[in-house]
Amino acid sequence: MAGLELLSDQGYRVDGRRAGELRKIQARMGVFAQADGSAYIEQGNTKALAVVYGPHEIRGSRSRALPDRALVNCQYSSATFSTGERKRRPHGDRKSCEMGLQLRQTFEAAILTQLHPRSQIDIYVQVLQADGGTYAACVNAATLAVLDAGIPMRDFVCACSAGFVDGTALADLSHVEEAAGGPQLALALLPASGQIALLEMDARLHEDHLEWVLEAAAQAARDVHTLLDRVVRQHVHEASILLGD
Amino acid sequence: MGEEKLIASVAGSVERVNKLICVKALKTRYNGEVGDIVVGRITEVQQKRWKVDTNTRLDSVLLLSSMNLPGGELRRRSAEDELAMRGFLQEGDLISAEVQAVFSDGAVSLHTRSLKYGKLGQGVLVQVSPSLVKRQKTHFHDLPCGASVILGNNGFVWIYPSLEHKDEDAGGFIPDLEPVSLTDREVISRLQNCVVSLVTQRMMLYDTSILYCYEASLPHQIKDILKPEVMEEIVLETRQRLLEQEG
Repeated sequence: MAGLELLSDQGYRVDGRRAGELRKIQARMGVFAQADGSAYIEQGNTKALAVVYGPHEIRGSRSRALPDRALVNCQYSSATFSTGERKRRPHGDRKSCEMGLQLRQTFEAAILTQLHPRSQIDIYVQVLQADGGTYAACVNAATLAVLDAGIPMRDFVCACSAGFVDGTALADLSHVEEAAGGPQLALALLPASGQIALLEMDARLHEDHLEWVLEAAAQAARDVHTLLDRVVRQHVHEASILLGD
Repeated sequence: MGEEKLIASVAGSVERVNKLICVKALKTRYNGEVGDIVVGRITEVQQKRWKVDTNTRLDSVLLLSSMNLPGGELRRRSAEDELAMRGFLQEGDLISAEVQAVFSDGAVSLHTRSLKYGKLGQGVLVQVSPSLVKRQKTHFHDLPCGASVILGNNGFVWIYPSLEHKDEDAGGFIPDLEPVSLTDREVISRLQNCVVSLVTQRMMLYDTSILYCYEASLPHQIKDILKPEVMEEIVLETRQRLLEQEG
């Protein structure tokens, strides 16, 4: 793509954002009545839906039951209409399995699994529209869904992607910026303590630049946390009004 | 963390009693407490016990020794009883029971040691959130409209046609398979839709609220109750009547 500059001289990106600016985030909790917890999030044009079932008895093989903590099972699926080209296999392909594994690692770090031994928590995430930052949107949606289900967590898990172009770190990459081929990093953070739940990058980045990119991603994740916190508080407030407290 | 801040692990309402701060989540799975009435579905038949799905974190346990034998006999359960377990309760059967004990990991042990508990026959099951079922003295209600309801503390609500005569000998095991009349079926469907509309508007479920909601829904057709505008109207009327009754 000749002539497509990801960062203009005045510091504007392709969609008019600044380097550290996030896309517009809208989220809703409790979208499905039949699931224990559910949430829907839109980060710019990326739309993700998360559904949580549990904690419940382990179905299928009893041997997988862990005697001291709960089993977290994550499945990632992206709709066939989510990308520009129609996808053939919505789930079961390598990328979906890897995403599922990453989500599981992220949430095993955040959910207090010691409180529910021998049970299973299922998290299903579906991407309805993918415009960059799908891992981040999935993690944010799943956090809200787990909170909606009333499963105790150590802290929110807020995620954001970051990249590096022309000596500047960019936060919250869109599909155009991801496709340009520069280094991109996905970070999942527990904001209160600043601990990193998951950090993923598979590109080449000079180690001097890593600190800047990491800082940009961490700051963006903290901004996401402010937004998600507000969504949760509003949801609880509305629900308690209906109950008549 | 160096700061002196308490961070909750769930999102919900705060309850504070002197120095005890408790955050109750908006909706969780049912936590068993001794003496609660629950409605559950048998998932497995194991040696000397049944596993029951009661919307809890782990499946509940119904021991063979906690179950009344047909006819109300009192004797030690023998090997023949163990082999005949599947004749009493199979996978997929619905039962009503009481919580006898809670194990340390949160699993619940049930018993049906009374004639009012046992296998449930014909009726309709509605699954709601356990936090919406109000704790009362009794959870078995015979509504004047012609149906009866069991409000399980675990969020399972069972609506069934009222029995004219109670069969004492059976001990709750022989399900009544007589055909239910159309009027009874209509009453039960209407009650089911009322329960669903109360739950959607997050109102507490108890016999009075269900009854008022039923009466408020009588002008509408049964299938119209689930429309959002009608639902709001009915629940608003129910709320007003309940406030008048209290005040």
